[in-house]
Amino acid sequence: MNAIAQTATPDATAAATPVDAPIVRTEGIHKVYGGAVHALKDINLEFKRGELTSLLGPSGCGKTTLLKIIAGLLKPTEGRVQVNGKPITGPGPERAFVFQDFALMPWATVLRNAAFGLEQQGVAKAEREERARHYVKEVGLAGFEDKYPHELSGGMRQRVGLARALAVDADVLLMDEPFSAVDEQTRRKFQEDLIRLREIENKTFILVTHSIEEAVYLSDRIVLLSPRPGRVAQVMDPDIKREGDPDAIRRAPEYLDLTDEIWRGLREYVE
Amino acid sequence: MTIYGFPVPKFAALIVWVIVWEIVGQFELLLLFPPFTEVLAAMVDVVTTPSFFEAARITAYCYLLGLALAVVFGIALGLLMGLVPAADKLLNMWINIFLSAPLSALVPVIMILFGMGQPTVIVTVFMFAVWIIALDTRAGVQHVSPSLKEMALSFGASRAQRLKIVLFSALPEILAGIRLGVIRGVKGVVIGQLLVSIIGVGALFSLYSQNFLMGHFWALILILFAFALSLAELIGRFEQKVEFYAGARG
Ligand SMILES: Nc1ncnc2c1ncn2[C@@H]1O[C@H](COP(=O)(O)OP(=O)(O)O)[C@@H](O)[C@H]1O
Ligand SMILES: [Mg+2]
Repeated sequence: MNAIAQTATPDATAAATPVDAPIVRTEGIHKVYGGAVHALKDINLEFKRGELTSLLGPSGCGKTTLLKIIAGLLKPTEGRVQVNGKPITGPGPERAFVFQDFALMPWATVLRNAAFGLEQQGVAKAEREERARHYVKEVGLAGFEDKYPHELSGGMRQRVGLARALAVDADVLLMDEPFSAVDEQTRRKFQEDLIRLREIENKTFILVTHSIEEAVYLSDRIVLLSPRPGRVAQVMDPDIKREGDPDAIRRAPEYLDLTDEIWRGLREYVE
Repeated sequence: MTIYGFPVPKFAALIVWVIVWEIVGQFELLLLFPPFTEVLAAMVDVVTTPSFFEAARITAYCYLLGLALAVVFGIALGLLMGLVPAADKLLNMWINIFLSAPLSALVPVIMILFGMGQPTVIVTVFMFAVWIIALDTRAGVQHVSPSLKEMALSFGASRAQRLKIVLFSALPEILAGIRLGVIRGVKGVVIGQLLVSIIGVGALFSLYSQNFLMGHFWALILILFAFALSLAELIGRFEQKVEFYAGARG
């Protein structure tokens, strides 16, 4: 599949007509670490195709654990994960992960890092570089292809991580607090870019965050997790129009009301 | 640059020591310490004799072969210990014992096993260099960022690819281990030949000391030191090249 012709792929047309079958489904997931730490308890969730879902909760409530279970990097103690109706047994090409600490190879250039997934899939060098170049550009890093990670700022490094995940053309992007290691301005710009990116790339996003504002600003759906053992406390569908001026959105009453409502819900755990 | 945490004397410090040496030597108090100028004169003498050329050839051969074996085996051992906890439990204690044991005392045993020739010297170089390389490699492998390993796994990297990533990540530590191994290896090649004493620089050393040619004796030691330090410096340069990414590791 040619990445340049992305918008014309059958996937994109399929997603344009809403498909009700969830792309990712978790069934009765429990996770106990070392027989003692009950990190997750009975997580049953459905993630709809093309939506951006945030997993929100205080730190230590099991968000990363859940995301890694969905990624196939961790095995649940009980329960299972289905992707496209099939139970998973490990990582797979239909899911791509964006790491909190970027996880770039320091010895490789931006382009080689972005092409890493394609390289593992055995895509020929010329083609994978062309595709990686396309996504490096799409995340706003054109001109930095031959730089090394240590020459980039935190925000730019995370864009490389994002380009790498986009390049493999997975259906589902799993992002673990992708913006937490970058400064506030970069973070906002990154969030706005993500919204724009979602209009071009037809993908399902599962985003872990501990920021209420970020979840409300970005998500079609927010899953609130309670602290240990992590359980689904509440599921919300913010109805926020995201076209137009980002600053206007951040001042919109729906945005502020929802932020407030979630804060009230979370407050009891913090106190 | 530092070696074992000690700063290597800068050029100026070196000159001071040479002057002290020269003064002490001029007093002719100790038979062991001829003046530095005499050592320099002897150096010309040493390097122009055919027996020096032969000794240098044997030394270089034993040293490089022993070191190459130590690098290959040391990295493999370090990888095994870094990646397989059971192997680590089993081996770590022994390797630490070997690292701190007085290896010179072991050379006679090696001599019994490998005879009075080059194999003993090669094995001695190996024994001096290999353990620090193994331990540094192990440390490097254990410090590979867990998320980089998860990254490789999540993008479907093969076992060989993942091993490559571990090796590249651990490269700064591996190189540090090799640099230390290079220096220890010089100790090994000298001690090995001294104890075997009928080949290489060992033969020269015994020739000089038996004939009280202390100038020649010290000239040979200086040559060996210069050799070891230049090698270490060379690897240090290479290390600096990879340092840029060592600093960038998560
Ligand atoms: N490998 C592990 N071994 C033991 N406990 C763990 C491990 N990983 C995470 N935990 C514990 O599980 C809980 C959930 O962790 P995590 O999923 O990282 O939370 P979050 O991402 O929401 O901050 C935490 O209390 C954490 O200490
Ligand atoms: Mg986390």
